[in-house]
Amino acid sequence: MVLKLFFPQCCNTADSGLLVGRWIPGHNSAVVLAVIHYPFIPGQVKKYLSELQSQTQVDLTVLGSWSMPKEGQEGMDSFLKDLSTIFPQECWLQLSREIGKRGFTCQVVQNNGRLLQDREQKNGEGDKIILIHYDQRKVMLSQLHPVQDVGQKSDVEASELRLVFQTVAQSQPLFFLDKYDDGPLKLSHWQSEGREASIIAELLKQASVPVCIFLTWLLSLWYWFCSFRILHLPPVLFISSKLSTCVQSVYRAVHFRTVFSPKKAGTHVEFMRKANIFVSFLVDIALGLLLISWLYRENRISKLADTLVPVADRVAKELQELLEWLMGAPAGLKMNRALDQVLGRFFLYHIHLWISYIHLMSPFIERILWYVGLSACLGLTFALSVLSDIVALLTFHIYCFYVYGARLYCLTIYGLSSLWRLFRGKKWNVLRQRVDSCSYDLDQNTADTALFPLQLFIGTLLFTILLFLLPTTALYYLVFTLLRLVVVLFQGVIHLSVDFINSFPLFAIGLRICRPYRLAEGVKFNVLCQEPGTPLHLMMEINPLKCSSVLQCYRTPTYSCYPKDSWAALCKKLFVGELIYPWKQKTDKTD
Amino acid sequence: MAEEEFTDINGNSISLDCQTHSDFCREFTVTSPKLSLRKVMVYTCFVWLFAYAVFFFTENTAVLSSAIILTLAGMMIHIHFVKVDHETLLIIGSLGVQLSSSYASGRESTIFIEMNKLKDIVINEAVYMHSIIYYLCILIKDPADPETVTSVVPLFQSSNPRLNCLVQVYRSCQEILAQSR
Repeated sequence: MVLKLFFPQCCNTADSGLLVGRWIPGHNSAVVLAVIHYPFIPGQVKKYLSELQSQTQVDLTVLGSWSMPKEGQEGMDSFLKDLSTIFPQECWLQLSREIGKRGFTCQVVQNNGRLLQDREQKNGEGDKIILIHYDQRKVMLSQLHPVQDVGQKSDVEASELRLVFQTVAQSQPLFFLDKYDDGPLKLSHWQSEGREASIIAELLKQASVPVCIFLTWLLSLWYWFCSFRILHLPPVLFISSKLSTCVQSVYRAVHFRTVFSPKKAGTHVEFMRKANIFVSFLVDIALGLLLISWLYRENRISKLADTLVPVADRVAKELQELLEWLMGAPAGLKMNRALDQVLGRFFLYHIHLWISYIHLMSPFIERILWYVGLSACLGLTFALSVLSDIVALLTFHIYCFYVYGARLYCLTIYGLSSLWRLFRGKKWNVLRQRVDSCSYDLDQNTADTALFPLQLFIGTLLFTILLFLLPTTALYYLVFTLLRLVVVLFQGVIHLSVDFINSFPLFAIGLRICRPYRLAEGVKFNVLCQEPGTPLHLMMEINPLKCSSVLQCYRTPTYSCYPKDSWAALCKKLFVGELIYPWKQKTDKTD
Repeated sequence: MAEEEFTDINGNSISLDCQTHSDFCREFTVTSPKLSLRKVMVYTCFVWLFAYAVFFFTENTAVLSSAIILTLAGMMIHIHFVKVDHETLLIIGSLGVQLSSSYASGRESTIFIEMNKLKDIVINEAVYMHSIIYYLCILIKDPADPETVTSVVPLFQSSNPRLNCLVQVYRSCQEILAQSR
């Protein structure tokens, strides 16, 4: 079996001493975490290690000895060999390095004193050794993907690399002792040159707790306001579920609560979620403020409000012209005059009502828009939701026309299909949910399934009427469906961009670009050139996660689900005349 | 180090380089033929002559600048994402297997497969259009269920060496895998 030793790069030039680390259970390998230098008292070393063991839950032991002899330290070798008796181990490693040579030599001694590998042994019988150099700081900060919980006891034993990463990450308290400490032990690890910290980061950490508590209190006020009985009446609930502004604000309130909760994030996934939401909030608000500064400079918002009423008027006039065209002979088709006039006049009256309503509102529009524009300071997503709602309100008449046209068309189609069945002598069996044939028998026993001649006559009459009215209703339906689809498309684009801003994990992508070692997909090995007679030396580097995997893994879940109808189902619904709602929003689930 | 003349399945000549770092560590590098200057010149001239012909008819200089930008962007994308310079297989007994592709622009993409996930390295046959090709692949297993093969990772997919080259690599790998079993 091959013995694998993970050796930190920072200890390559450390003075002679004891190797402290962990044997990886289940694999024939060990991780070296630090080197304890001379002089030391073995009792204090054992006490320190047991303290750390209880603090970190990592079973740290003395793995062996490290010797890098300098001038005046010639007697070290024999001293090192005797150390194995003080720290009884199953396997004692003796690593040594000479100045000027790049390779280490390693000897492994079993507890019965038998030497397992000798330097001069040429034909590799017995154990072979691989020395894997790793960058301690990067491995400590890195997180292997796919992420598994530390406490999760899976029935599959964790892979060797995952155990190595976990060991180094969990041994953080070991790295707090640096060379400027006046303790009894002198350690060498990545932080032994002194711990670095930033004053700003520490101040922010101290200040964040009261700020979080204050913001959570503000949020609780908002929840208390929302819990008023008057806001829970069915009409209010119905409208607020349809308005995307309300949905977006509820969603953002949940995020707010997640980010500003005073509890510290425990696992990596929670931390990334919090950080992503926080950065997304900041960017959202910054973009919103930018939008406000653009809108309110040179009083653009008043100009916008001034053009709103003429635009609504124009849309209404275009619709009127469209209806006049349909009431004539549109595209050369001949319509049924009576039905045409009825439908046309019905819709024209609607438009007349709508124009009057808009004119009633016009003096207040500028003020309302001015204040609504200020709400963009809550974020760009908020502004976009408000825009989507304004568009929905302004095109409400198109939606109404679509519903009327669709219902009429649907009725026509269903009537036609049912009467067509009658024509052919078949009937819809409600009990069995299928089409059954119908006889013309006038027998008393089967009277309920027989068709009387009168039924047949009236059915045929109605069928003919509906058939000849079909082109008119179909044309109205087609025109209003197309208009509705244009509006839905526009709203869909707005919703897509809101969804994108909501779910894009900016922090994770930034981390991947600036500190790629934090998100690791795996590792890479490079063979370091060595001298003959030394064991194999490998350099382990972190292989960062691909950007597409980062997006997939850290995407914040949002409230919108993409259209669940496939294109074929959508076309079928359009043909039959069922109402389509392509952008259904799923109800907000709390995580 | 050993180098011999091999060809890939299309007849282009490739080279195989085996390095033995230790008893249980070997590295195989398959180098594809480099980007041919003649092909690049032919494509560029073709695109630019076409753009010039379009310009002759439409008198719009945007055609010429867009042709230049297109050629440059196309070349950059090709050498950075498409053209593979060499592919490496590094096998370390009882640690794992590392596959690495190095592109013409210097970009390297690496995958490391640990030994407990590796079931075996085999040569598979495949029927591709009118020919039968051989390819070397790694069988991956789930450590919880050692008998089933969960996925197959083919090696040397851009260089596609022929059977004689694959057999050499296969034999070397099997020697090392036999040691660690």
